[in-house]
Amino acid sequence: MNRDFFPADTRTDSAPHGAMFDYLLRLGDDSLILCQRLTEWCGHAPALEIDLSLANIGLDLIGQATLFLNFAGAIEDRGRDGDRLAFHRDASDFRNCLLVEQPNGDFAQTMARQFLFSTAQLGLFEQLMLSTEPRIAEIAAKGVKEVRYHADLAADWIVRLGDGTDESRNRMVVGLDWCWRFIDELFLVDDVEAGLIEQGIAVDRSALRGAFDARLSSVLADAGLPAPVYPRGVRGGRAGRHSEHLGHLLATMQHLPRSYPDAVW
Amino acid sequence: MSQDWPLWEVFIRTKGGLSHRHVGSVHAPDGEMALRHARDTYTRRLEGVSLWIARSSDIVASDPDQAGALFEPAADKIYRHPTFYDIPDVVRHI
Repeated sequence: MNRDFFPADTRTDSAPHGAMFDYLLRLGDDSLILCQRLTEWCGHAPALEIDLSLANIGLDLIGQATLFLNFAGAIEDRGRDGDRLAFHRDASDFRNCLLVEQPNGDFAQTMARQFLFSTAQLGLFEQLMLSTEPRIAEIAAKGVKEVRYHADLAADWIVRLGDGTDESRNRMVVGLDWCWRFIDELFLVDDVEAGLIEQGIAVDRSALRGAFDARLSSVLADAGLPAPVYPRGVRGGRAGRHSEHLGHLLATMQHLPRSYPDAVW
Repeated sequence: MSQDWPLWEVFIRTKGGLSHRHVGSVHAPDGEMALRHARDTYTRRLEGVSLWIARSSDIVASDPDQAGALFEPAADKIYRHPTFYDIPDVVRHI
């Protein structure tokens, strides 16, 4: 890809390979890591049909991750493609939010995580479609329909489990409780993104919180679930400071390409 | 869990102008979820533009034991086949 296609000032920012590279890693790693989590359900979901639903969401996410990370590799211009970035980086080099690396827990916790992430991602992609960087706008435009379905499907399960039996409701309450501390990070804007927001490349995540909260309230009300009580937020994923869960996830995800670097299909 | 869910039959319209065709079945607690499951199970490779779902128990089927009486009398009535006129080339699905 022609380097000159991209604005020069996005490549010479304060971050090691430029803010643009970092931003693309954030977008790509969110999708990649959540996909890996969802694949853990393969063969274990409550029903065969749900197995397929979760795998389908994962496949959509891996498609997004491939596009973002390939683009990141092109921006970096050191010969790394999406696969290289996915399978040959250590945990501290990943830029995903902490929410997506959290363990699956039970089905309710998985759906809680999915609903919260997909709802935030939907708001993000709807705005990223207007990015001044055409490649990002294209990826977001392709992904937005996928994410709308993910958010809908997960919201459906929040309502079904929340408004179901005592046990399903309790499990959903516990699942959501696990996730609340990771929500603030989804809407965090730091120096890396501030410059890109000024150029119209990135989206101001903090401006998306209102719509997210409104959607959340509406779904929780439908489900008869209590409004969230947010504990002190945990953050650090965007800077490479992850929970202990990411290392274990990467050990599984990266084992094959690291042990057999020349393996092909 | 799935053994508690009723069975639903899935019909897909592959493109505009064609009829829905039966493709298989899914388990789901209700029609709305059955539609989701059908979408995720049977339209992953761009198979369709429309889905119908019907509860399997609502389908009334003919009795295989009566197949002879029901269907075989039609076997020798060749004059019922509309093959004695030409179909214009532009009519594609008939």
